Amino acid sequence: MQLFVEIGRYSRLLYEAIRSLTEFKTYRKNLINEMVKTGVDSLGIVSLAGFFTGAVLTIQTSYQFTSALVPKSTIGAITSQSMIIELAAVISGLVLAGRVGARIATELGTMRVSEQIDALESMGFNSVTFLVMPRVMAGILMFPIIYMAAAIFGIIGGVLAGIMTGGVTVYEFMEGARLYFFPWDVAFGIIKSFVFGFVITSISCFKGYYASGGAEGVGNATTQATVYSCIYVLLASFLLAAILL
Amino acid sequence: MIEIKNLKKSFGKNLIWENVSLSIEEGKTLAIIGKSGSGKSVLMKHLNALMYPDEGEVLINGKNVFDLSYVDLRIIRQKFGVLFQGGALFDSISAAENVAFPLRYFTKMSESEIQTRIGYCLEMVNLSNIGDKSTAELSGGMKKRIGLARAIVLEPEYLLYDEPTSGLDPETSDEINDLIIHMAKNLSITSVVISHDMHSVLKVAEHAAFIDEQKLSWYGTIEELRVSDHKRLKDFTSANEYQI
Repeated sequence: MQLFVEIGRYSRLLYEAIRSLTEFKTYRKNLINEMVKTGVDSLGIVSLAGFFTGAVLTIQTSYQFTSALVPKSTIGAITSQSMIIELAAVISGLVLAGRVGARIATELGTMRVSEQIDALESMGFNSVTFLVMPRVMAGILMFPIIYMAAAIFGIIGGVLAGIMTGGVTVYEFMEGARLYFFPWDVAFGIIKSFVFGFVITSISCFKGYYASGGAEGVGNATTQATVYSCIYVLLASFLLAAILL
Repeated sequence: MIEIKNLKKSFGKNLIWENVSLSIEEGKTLAIIGKSGSGKSVLMKHLNALMYPDEGEVLINGKNVFDLSYVDLRIIRQKFGVLFQGGALFDSISAAENVAFPLRYFTKMSESEIQTRIGYCLEMVNLSNIGDKSTAELSGGMKKRIGLARAIVLEPEYLLYDEPTSGLDPETSDEINDLIIHMAKNLSITSVVISHDMHSVLKVAEHAAFIDEQKLSWYGTIEELRVSDHKRLKDFTSANEYQI
């Protein structure tokens, strides 16, 4: 029963957010702030995560492909393909579920328990337009950029790891990456990042917006936002792969 | 005029109160008193439909706020100023910007007009030198006064005060009480004060409503309250008395 209540409240929150899409003047300023906080401020950690993921992938692939019959360019193909199709989106999704999801749930949860959301409503604001809409939209708009940063740095990490360990040259790596590059894979990664951006920000807004019970309630909301975001990112990744690939 | 008719509220199976009916006349101040947990703040949040009842109506100038569309409700809400218990200031912006906040979104005032209005409201709450202080730098009393300045900035017809003196020292409490009287008299605002501080209630209100045993247990003027022989009301009000 509780599950249906949660689904109902989540759907209603999303409906309110979509309905307020046209009230751009109300959320314009918050949208820009959120795009900076969600996107620009996350680029560093996501690029770092992407860089080391690509580096480790190259080292592990070259470690496993010891046969002389397998061309070394395969290492570049595997690293770049894996980063573009799966890892850049999922790794950045999981990192941002912690970084962005926790921030959103804590901010909104604190605003809820300290009556700041009631204050907004009592002044005549639509609090969903003002608080939820810009956060979800910023997630949808900025996650593809974050995904691309993670993918690019993942490939750079792969190249550098190949050079440093002597497993593969730049030429061999890039030859493999070019040979197996398909534009649809990038499009698939971008579609995934749109979905992840929506999933993480909407779940975190939902958990924070309906938080109750003081500091403990905010803590619970933050934990649930992070955990649920991670679970639904993995689930969405699976479903999108099954449907689109 | 605010009229409350047969209001009933419960959370799940837990009844908060029922059959609450009273009216608040234009320009008058009503105090809603009762023990902690009796549902005073819950009742206040029904006046501008921040909460919805199980049954009953709240009429603002004859219109039931619970029947309004969300767009119309937002217009009605702009007639209310609310001072929340902890101030409910937005902590991401400065104290002065908190006061300016509704003006920036709901009026077409120029920046100089906004600054003039902020200065006027801050002066009314005796905080004209607050400058760009962040809300974290403010004391409890200052937060309430900034909250009050924000509540009056759009020149509301109704002011709701949720525990305006709780957690404050006697001197600051008296300053807040004086401000409530000042707002009601000088701006002719209809006010509702939620409190269990009887000193404050006797000073600022003209009428009082006592919420007890899940109902409106007593309602009358402050003069009637002073001489009432309602046992539970007397127990409640006398528990507040102290002598030094």
